[in-house]
Amino acid sequence: MEKILQVKDLELSFNTFGGEVKAIRGVNFDLYKGETLAIVGESGSGKSVTTKSIMRLLPDHSAEFKNGEILFGGRDLTKLSDKEMQKIRGKDISMIFQDPMTSLNPTMPIGRQITEPLLKHQKIGKEEAKKVAIDLLRLVGMPKPELRMKQYPHQFSGGQRQRIVIAIALACNPQILIADEPTTALDVTIQAQILELMKDLQKKIDTSIIFITHDLGVVANVADRVAVMYGGKIVEIGTVDEIFYNPQHPYTWGLLSSMPSLDTEEAKLYAIPGTPPDLLDPPKGDAFALRSEYALQIDMEQNPPFFKVSDTHSAATWLLHPDAPQVDPPATVIERMKKFPGSRYYEGGAI
Amino acid sequence: MAEKLLEIKELKQHFNVGKPNEVKAVDGISFDIYRGETLGLVGESGCGKSTTGRSIIRLYDATSGDVFYEGENVHGKKSKKDLKKFNRKMQMIFQDPYASLNPRMKVMDIIAEGIDIHGLAKNAADRKKMVFDLLETVGLNKEHANRYPHEFSGGQRQRLGIARALAVEPDFIIADEPISALDVSIQAQVVNLLKELQEEKGLTYLFIAHDLSMVKYISDRIGVMYFGKMVELAPAEDLYNNPMHPYTQSLLSAIPLPDPNYERNRVRKSYDPAIHNYTEKDDVKMREITPGHFVQCSESEFQSLKASAAVK
Repeated sequence: MEKILQVKDLELSFNTFGGEVKAIRGVNFDLYKGETLAIVGESGSGKSVTTKSIMRLLPDHSAEFKNGEILFGGRDLTKLSDKEMQKIRGKDISMIFQDPMTSLNPTMPIGRQITEPLLKHQKIGKEEAKKVAIDLLRLVGMPKPELRMKQYPHQFSGGQRQRIVIAIALACNPQILIADEPTTALDVTIQAQILELMKDLQKKIDTSIIFITHDLGVVANVADRVAVMYGGKIVEIGTVDEIFYNPQHPYTWGLLSSMPSLDTEEAKLYAIPGTPPDLLDPPKGDAFALRSEYALQIDMEQNPPFFKVSDTHSAATWLLHPDAPQVDPPATVIERMKKFPGSRYYEGGAI
Repeated sequence: MAEKLLEIKELKQHFNVGKPNEVKAVDGISFDIYRGETLGLVGESGCGKSTTGRSIIRLYDATSGDVFYEGENVHGKKSKKDLKKFNRKMQMIFQDPYASLNPRMKVMDIIAEGIDIHGLAKNAADRKKMVFDLLETVGLNKEHANRYPHEFSGGQRQRLGIARALAVEPDFIIADEPISALDVSIQAQVVNLLKELQEEKGLTYLFIAHDLSMVKYISDRIGVMYFGKMVELAPAEDLYNNPMHPYTQSLLSAIPLPDPNYERNRVRKSYDPAIHNYTEKDDVKMREITPGHFVQCSESEFQSLKASAAVK
């Protein structure tokens, strides 16, 4: 498969009054053409910062690239000037934000907001741009698009606003679409509609999507591959089936067990104890070790490298080292592993 | 089942009454809450679930209808003394732990506010001890008492909100989306805490949320609201295994579960209120289909639901 974006050894820090916050501490991943890569993790894990650094949306005066590169179309995005970046933003790479209430301009009719990227990036006239915008609105399922072009954001519901934001993001047929928690602010029924819309559109225009969320249900629904982030690093990456049915990192285990499924009946939910690490002074070894009951002595001292589980699946945990003791994951995770051919709990049958 | 703690009868909460922009946020709902249970209230935003909670605790004056707490009408005329008594028995935990704690007060005073108002502490030392005990109850420690809210994380703040609600030893707590603003891993911590406290102190909860898997997990019974009305009320298991109202079915079919294989096969149903074809003659109200399972329906729908329930 064709690699469309490569993030290599990315390190990024924020300079604050309190000191240097190491928000991203060595992130590596590739994005393939036409796939959806979901990035999951709790707040502060660096998932939004990673995507904002791809878009170069972080403030220059405080955010600083320390190391690594972001390769897109043969160029390193971290080295581009603002002018060059403006040509990419909204054209080749575009973004959908979490809150459709704040990402639209309340003083501008939505028609003008949709035609803006078209007029900026493509050599077309106003009239033609208007036609394209109406088609886009139709594409995202907006009824009576001709009439609605002249309306302002406050005249739309939350779900409709998110459709408009998607229309703007797709205006120039971007190669990469970054969706930062696009459905978190929406109701489940509206969320389901927006997710279906995004999957539909992806098939039509063959764009690659980076989808950030902390809702594992949404991940299971949209993702082809999943990267789990913790403490500014990716701790596990694999196909959606590998992450959900054969997870290897204790943090992924914790995440999967702390969400009740509709048939959870245990008296107590599994809760990951403690709080995320302070990235002003990141822990020396595995950042998750202090919250993990599976931590080994070496986790406190040395950062685990990535161990390969399969060609598409790897995890950064010392538990995968040949010398590590064999441990049993939480019961709910074992239940999941029973369905996965290749895991040691596999009980036969297909997923 | 156990004794009724709270009875809500035909509660209506309309805003802007008489003006063209009148909103019928809650439009005539009735239900009971039993002592020691957790009643979950779900529905999409704007369906009136938060307003229901707020009307019950008298943050709004109800347009009409009654709320009886242990047989006494909450919305009736009350002396200051009576009001105080009610306020002590009913407490609320709010959604946003960032907005619900006064940033200029220390934790000690935030938690002790209720204790002071109701004069529960004999002296300063007693007050201090009560606050320390409360902090411990919610999994924080006494060093936290001298800090300000901004020094805490979201999950810790929600614990403070819970400690404050517990300070006056209430029987009944309305939790309005207490975990929506928290991360997944922290959500589980707070939900476990709420469950432990319930067992320890015999609390009764009204748990308002839109995260349906969490609601199912914590609730004994669940009410589903749609446009200011309750459309279905049933024991949690029953509601999920056998949803009867088409809106509940549509809501359940929209929840994504953390299971890729289930997701590949999930079929979403949509709900269009027009399918009921209610006419003015139809008496649409809550009817009991199977024991404890209520659905809003007309007489003819009632018969067919009852028939299909009998087959199962």
